Amino acid sequence: MGRTARRIALVAGLAVLLWAGTAAAASEAYRDNVYDPGKLKPVDSALKVKVGQRAPDFTLKALSGGTVTLGGFRGKKNVVLSFVPAAWTPVCSDQWPGYNIVKDLFDAHDAILLGITVDNIPTLFSWTNQMGKLWFPVLSDFYPHGAVAKRYGILRSDGTSERALFVIDKKGVIRYIDVHDINERPPLEALAAELEKLR
Amino acid sequence: MKRWIRAVMMAAILCWTPATASSAEPAAGQPLPDFALAVPKDAGLRDYLGLSGGATFRIGDIKAEAVVIEIFSMYCPYCQKEAPVVNELYRKIEGGPLKGRIKLVGIGVGNSPFEVETFRKKYAIPFPLFPDGDFTIHKLVGEVRTPFFIVLKTRQTGAPKVIHAKLGAFESVDGFLEFVAKSAEIK
Repeated sequence: MGRTARRIALVAGLAVLLWAGTAAAASEAYRDNVYDPGKLKPVDSALKVKVGQRAPDFTLKALSGGTVTLGGFRGKKNVVLSFVPAAWTPVCSDQWPGYNIVKDLFDAHDAILLGITVDNIPTLFSWTNQMGKLWFPVLSDFYPHGAVAKRYGILRSDGTSERALFVIDKKGVIRYIDVHDINERPPLEALAAELEKLR
Repeated sequence: MKRWIRAVMMAAILCWTPATASSAEPAAGQPLPDFALAVPKDAGLRDYLGLSGGATFRIGDIKAEAVVIEIFSMYCPYCQKEAPVVNELYRKIEGGPLKGRIKLVGIGVGNSPFEVETFRKKYAIPFPLFPDGDFTIHKLVGEVRTPFFIVLKTRQTGAPKVIHAKLGAFESVDGFLEFVAKSAEIK
């Protein structure tokens, strides 16, 4: 009976894992093109940076062409880094379209948003095309794979990144880090409150 | 081997229970699942819904012959694109003979009050919007994709009845309005 019970628990557990992950409301914009990975381990990496520290510099390929260097904003703009785990997954497909209608919130705090995933440029192209025209740069941390995510300590064991937000001030210092439960979208008010603190 | 089969069957039974807790997608002819919304603080919106006060209300309490519920999310690109069209629907109702007889409400699934307010401000949405931050209502309506429109016939005995349910944008505002009025038998 002990073995039977263990098997029940195992099968039931697997089934529960398969069900979860549908909690986020899917937008009709993606129709049947969003892959549901199920409920994932909330966080699967160890941060390598902390608040108060200078943000490690990086240069990444931008979807719009050319490259973007974090250090290029020093002395000019506050920077919000929004890492999302991967293109074509449920929560990520929603997060940036939300940021896309709050450009004024970023402008009001003299901030730029940089959206980053470990996907390659062609994938980012197809995926972000479903979101409408994005006002912020989308950067590819594809090769060497997830190098920036790894430097920040948010590269998960399966090669995707965490769903993480970093607020970096004009001096290049990290002021806020939210390595969010990958299965959930960070509430906009939390980011708005952090931007407010930069004033 | 037998034990293994029994284990799988028992697991399947165990697992079905939570699955049935989530309702099916609304369909014409069915009653609307029961849920309560907070009475708006704004007096204009309260008047629009025909509510006198209290803390919460139900869709059936809205003073109208038909109610159109838009299930949306601030984060959904198609909802963003559709917002001006839904506003136009509101203006056509309010500016014509159907004023007071068909009312609109929006429910922001997975949206916090701040996020719903952001959406309202961005598109200057004139009708009441309500947050469903923990997806409670979303689960009751079968976790539909967004935007999803539920048209209800109200002001009758029992729960408001679904007369139309539709995923995605409506092709023409006039066509949709005419369809709603006809389906709800509003003359």
